[in-house]
Amino acid sequence: MNAMTKTEEAKLDAASPMNMIQAINSALDIMLGRDPNVLTFGEDVGYFGGVFRATEGLQKKYGLNRCFDTPITEGGIIGTAIGMATYGLRPVVEIQFADYIYPGYDQIVSEAARIRYRSAGDFTAPMTIRTPYGGGIFGGQTHSQSPEALFTHVAGVVTVIPSNPYDAKGLLISAIESDDPVVIFEPKRLYNGPFEGYPDKPVTPWQKVEGNLVPEGYYTVPLGKARTVREGQDVTVLAYGTMVHVAVAAATEAGVDAEVIDLRTLAPVDLEAIVASVRKTGRCVIVHEATRTSGFGAELSALVQEHCFYALEAPILRVTGWDTPYPHAFEWEYFPGPTRVARALKQVMVG
Amino acid sequence: MASTRTAPPAKGLKNSRALSLRIPEPRFRPGEKADFSSLVIPEAGATPRPEVDTAPKDMRELAYGMIRVLDRDGQPVGPWNPKLDPATLKRGLKTMMLTRAYDDRMYRAQRQGKTSFYMKCTGEEAVAAAAAMVLTREDMCFPTYRQQGLLIARDYPLVDMMNQVYSNAKDPMKGRQLPVMYSSKKDGFFTISGNLGTQVPQAVGWAMASAYKGDDKIAATWIGDGSTAEGDFHEAMIFASVYRAPVILNIVNNQWAISSFHGIAGGEDATFASRAIGYNLPALRVDGNDFLAVYAATEWAAERARSNLGATLIEHYTYRAEGHSTSDDPSRYRPTDEGKIWPLGDPIERLKQHLIALGEWSDDKQQALYEELVELVRAAGRESETHGTLHAGERPSIKTMFEDVYKEMDWRLVEQRQELGI
Repeated sequence: MNAMTKTEEAKLDAASPMNMIQAINSALDIMLGRDPNVLTFGEDVGYFGGVFRATEGLQKKYGLNRCFDTPITEGGIIGTAIGMATYGLRPVVEIQFADYIYPGYDQIVSEAARIRYRSAGDFTAPMTIRTPYGGGIFGGQTHSQSPEALFTHVAGVVTVIPSNPYDAKGLLISAIESDDPVVIFEPKRLYNGPFEGYPDKPVTPWQKVEGNLVPEGYYTVPLGKARTVREGQDVTVLAYGTMVHVAVAAATEAGVDAEVIDLRTLAPVDLEAIVASVRKTGRCVIVHEATRTSGFGAELSALVQEHCFYALEAPILRVTGWDTPYPHAFEWEYFPGPTRVARALKQVMVG
Repeated sequence: MASTRTAPPAKGLKNSRALSLRIPEPRFRPGEKADFSSLVIPEAGATPRPEVDTAPKDMRELAYGMIRVLDRDGQPVGPWNPKLDPATLKRGLKTMMLTRAYDDRMYRAQRQGKTSFYMKCTGEEAVAAAAAMVLTREDMCFPTYRQQGLLIARDYPLVDMMNQVYSNAKDPMKGRQLPVMYSSKKDGFFTISGNLGTQVPQAVGWAMASAYKGDDKIAATWIGDGSTAEGDFHEAMIFASVYRAPVILNIVNNQWAISSFHGIAGGEDATFASRAIGYNLPALRVDGNDFLAVYAATEWAAERARSNLGATLIEHYTYRAEGHSTSDDPSRYRPTDEGKIWPLGDPIERLKQHLIALGEWSDDKQQALYEELVELVRAAGRESETHGTLHAGERPSIKTMFEDVYKEMDWRLVEQRQELGI
């Protein structure tokens, strides 16, 4: 690890109410500053600073070589990043929407994930793939998907989803420093402010959210560790990304003393945190935006059943997106909002 | 005033012609007599050699020509003659012969049930042997499964290669990879995937990293004619072009992708080399069975890359003289004599002929070297087999199966290892 610069030390105590994009930008800024082997690239990432502005100002500050635009070829972006990582760099690439990651999927699954294993450690691919995911923005089928389960299923990949600016920055720095390939899905609906799943309510920007302070300097949030967002006694809600905020709102709406766990890292998931909570509450509701069948909720449900069966007082319930493509006109019928989650919370309390 | 025309009606054109779908087919199938007399192959020495800094647009004809140095009598002719000294030539010959002797033994070992699978590179030995001699160990080669000659040229221990093929106790890959998927970073040999085409963008990325760091190393990669149809190939080409990556992009056109002839990959009416033109990359088309031509073309591309002038695409025109792998039977889809009448001959025979023409070699010396190399391989085989073969003897420790998935083993793998009882 590089020694901290004086500027960073000075900034350590300084914190500001960043939104999630600013926090991600800050993480990239810090890592580009600390490690000359870090570089970032992707579609519209360079001069323009990314369609969501995550890399804004970085090309100007660090130069063309450190932050640049790429052709529209996700396979090429990820494939070349693997080559760079095996050379010894730590590339951070942006896939503009998670919906576009599939052309690069083979490079992630068959290559990045397996290079360490198949070469018995002769080569490694320390790289980070950032990509905005999820709905709630009227993005239709091609700008709303949650493909995380396609990555949690792959041995050799670390899958991360933050739910707030502080975690987004700390997890991204951990990802860049990780010697394994990491895919970070960024909940784009949360970029500007938390979203409880009430589409008619105005967005509260992160800057006005109480307690939202992001240190300006270097810090990390560990991979593989969940966080308890709301303590409760009656039911455990397992959530990540946008659904963390929906789950908290649903607990209030249902009037149920729910414990909400923000998983933060999906693979490897923090089993200890899950088991401790479910053994305490005896009930479990799993929520995600992604389609239900073979979603990550299925894995979570299996883990809870395997490890907490005798503590369970009700069947485990899943509240998820439906098994359809994300429909443009029916955004809020598709999105598993707080009313649906609240219904599940009440149901497990009865069951 | 020009006459005006009316757009045709949207539907209902009664006299329209029925369309027909074209499915390309090779000219000869089993039982037929192969005949390559209609192939257009430029004479040795006929293709010009542009300066290394020539703009791609000023050398497009090389994508349709063919760099050839050795003529029918084994004499080096024309501007591409790399003028190698006899010692270098003999080293090249030895690498190719050792590669073939190694292939022969491992092929038999597979037939004897000592391993699951093997792939030979018979007839294509010059492609890897010459490249390995031009590039340094510090450069990074991203090979397919038919460039084992790169490792052999770098004196990588045959025993270790065999250990990998046998997945035995001393397998450097710890029994994790299909046979022939070697890896040796210290020899500039990237871990072979087994997936096709994926290594090409990686090579470009590695080369970009070298340029990013102000390093002096270059990358080289190989892909088969069939796999150039993969998106990875085109993704790599666009990155190589846009970012001027110091990389050599080799296409080994051995005419066959398992049972599909090169026409199925779009190589019937256009050369594979010509794919570089749209990407503004220089293309060289080379007689892949001519060691001197491969050497010279690789040298040109390496010098260009080292001069910060970016990537070169090289098509090696060759012939896959054997089956795709031990799981293949080429007599089911092509005439058996195709390889014997291949107009560009055999790379080992041609280099041997050249050395003899130089007065540096003889049939007797060739035979003696062959016997020496067969014995070398036999001895390595005996040693390797003491460490086990796929179904007999020692294997790598089963415990290692759970290692290297991640840098650190997480709880899932720890639990699963315990579940397996180790």
